[in-house]
Amino acid sequence: MKLKMGDRSNALKGHGRVMREHFGIRTTGEQYVIALAGNPNVGKSTVFNALTGLHQHTGNWPGKTVDNAQGTYLYRNKSFLLVDLPGTYSLLAHTVEEEIARDFICFGQLDATIVVLDATSLERNLNLALQVMEISSNVIVCVNLIDEAKKKKLSINFNELQKELGVPIVPTAARNGEGLQELQNAVFAMAVEKKKTWPKQVPYSEEVERAVCALLPKVEELGLARVINPKWLALRLLDSDVSFIETISRYAITQNQKTVALQQQGGELTQ
Amino acid sequence: MTILSVPLSTLKLGEKSNVVHLDVKGLLRRRILDLGIVPGTVLTCIGKAPAGDPIAYLVRDTVIALRSEDASLISVDSKFR
Repeated sequence: MKLKMGDRSNALKGHGRVMREHFGIRTTGEQYVIALAGNPNVGKSTVFNALTGLHQHTGNWPGKTVDNAQGTYLYRNKSFLLVDLPGTYSLLAHTVEEEIARDFICFGQLDATIVVLDATSLERNLNLALQVMEISSNVIVCVNLIDEAKKKKLSINFNELQKELGVPIVPTAARNGEGLQELQNAVFAMAVEKKKTWPKQVPYSEEVERAVCALLPKVEELGLARVINPKWLALRLLDSDVSFIETISRYAITQNQKTVALQQQGGELTQ
Repeated sequence: MTILSVPLSTLKLGEKSNVVHLDVKGLLRRRILDLGIVPGTVLTCIGKAPAGDPIAYLVRDTVIALRSEDASLISVDSKFR
């Protein structure tokens, strides 16, 4: 099924899970939404296909035609909607793919985000993981291609990595189906059982941290803390990241309209 | 003691050095940082296109090609050992 999105008024009209619909995501009843993020060529789609068994259909993202894949799977009688995001090295640069991935992680009201890393070049891949961890606290790190790493005689201390990052780490070799059960368990624990994690945050220079502290009260006034980590938002403001500031204002407006609509409904009911 | 730096684009095939300074601005700077090229990163020149542009560098076990124009904006230590 092809969904044509991109009409902004659609999102403004939306009720409930506004941003998901904006992204062409429709959930049926009790379905948990999980995003797959990662650098290009780390095997995101292999993980995706292994989990969903290729029951995917594509949808169009707003803005430009960048295909994304969505699929569902059942695990312990719960339904999960998995969204395969475009491969990106970062969430801060401004290619279409990166903006899509960033907006979706920010506003998609995800129950979990799986960041897929290439076990053979962890150092480079961790950049994205740290960026996602700055935005969301529902992060699972999936270290894929461990079979390749073994071939290259690399050994990874997963326990230490987990301690270092503060989020669940799941080693996988999705090609051979290795680790998928553990990945599903981790997703289940986070999305269904609402298991909390405390992702380690990157410390910035004293100067930047001071500026963030000064901005925080204003940022918190926006009342978006539920959706976005206020510190991250403050950092983007400091970046004068114009495109993101536009996105966030659009989102804030949508949210406010929703609140107003809800208040009106509430008012009518009490009268 | 100040480190003498030279443009990355002057590295010869097989030579390596570490990044001292990035004179790149805007989005390209962001991209270069995201690819793991930050001050201190060791880069090895592993190939040049016939016309000398682009140039391939090994960065954190990954091969990345840069336009020599952009590589000339990255300064590396001239006395790397």
